[in-house]
Amino acid sequence: MNPQWEIIGSEGFKFMGKMNASISHEIKNVLAIINEHAGLLEDFTLMAEKGMPVDPERLKQVAGKIQSQIQRADTIVKNMNTFAHSVDEAKGTVELGGLLSFMAVLTERLATMRGVTISAVASPEPITITTHPFLLQTLIWFCLEAVMENAVTGKKLHLSARADEQGVQVVISGLENTEKLFSSHGFPGRRENALLEALEGNAAVKGEGGEIVLTLPLTFSNPAMAKGEVS
Amino acid sequence: MRVLLIDDEKELVSTLAERLSFRGIEADWVTSGKAALEKAAVTAYDIAVVDIKMPRIGGIELKRMMASEHPHMKFIFITGHGSEEDFKTASEEAGKEYYLVKPVDIEELTQKLRQVMGTQGGTA
Repeated sequence: MNPQWEIIGSEGFKFMGKMNASISHEIKNVLAIINEHAGLLEDFTLMAEKGMPVDPERLKQVAGKIQSQIQRADTIVKNMNTFAHSVDEAKGTVELGGLLSFMAVLTERLATMRGVTISAVASPEPITITTHPFLLQTLIWFCLEAVMENAVTGKKLHLSARADEQGVQVVISGLENTEKLFSSHGFPGRRENALLEALEGNAAVKGEGGEIVLTLPLTFSNPAMAKGEVS
Repeated sequence: MRVLLIDDEKELVSTLAERLSFRGIEADWVTSGKAALEKAAVTAYDIAVVDIKMPRIGGIELKRMMASEHPHMKFIFITGHGSEEDFKTASEEAGKEYYLVKPVDIEELTQKLRQVMGTQGGTA
């Protein structure tokens, strides 16, 4: 395996681990809330056994809160499953609007911990490309991570996609200190460049617009696969 | 005993407060480090129960800020995973006995609160 794929492999594992840790933390929180609501129902039962009045409306309210947390957990687990399956194919069709919305949801907790909000902006028309889905997610995360390290609390970042004759662009906007990001943080760094090469794309930091622009081909050939360097 | 519960999950912290009240412990709750600092500035709390991982101001940083303003205050940390790293950090900050893993057992929390405040076996 060549050095570029060694970097991608090791950084990909880190990305997967980071997202899994975040997802599991969120599931733990949901379980902790369900645990407290179930405990509250138990407390009410013990009170009733002692002859203390219990308001049925209150019981209904607590049951509703448990159901809402179960729905929350269901959404988290569905996203976790979608994320897990993003490694299934080394080349697949990706609708960028859907992928960016998913990235905003996937990274929500990590962004919130840093006091940052990430939202996906819908394109007027669906933009579909053929790419390596997991590597693209990894690249977008590394860009977001680099940006968040420089972001002030309360910052709002936006993910969007656009297409022109040169290809497709994924845009991260709402940035600040873009020159600092480019100069002192050396963005794009070794890992981003390895991913960009694999995806046959390039990255530009636009200081004036406060944007990172990732340009990707509509269809990528995945030459590493063709050469048998990766499976 | 005056208790302040701090966790960014509102449903968790509000329910914990209600359940503690059934056990004779009155607890206020907030969902951010900033709100905790504001609340502690106007109310003299004996003890704070703090989630380690919170947005903006994390639990450890919050503990240090609150402890410098209110040196008499005691702290119990709660965490999602009970990782070795969290345990080590919490132990260094507050002592290993002042550390609980989610989901929190209400009886264990009640016991710890009473233990920390030296009211073990009695009412708060």
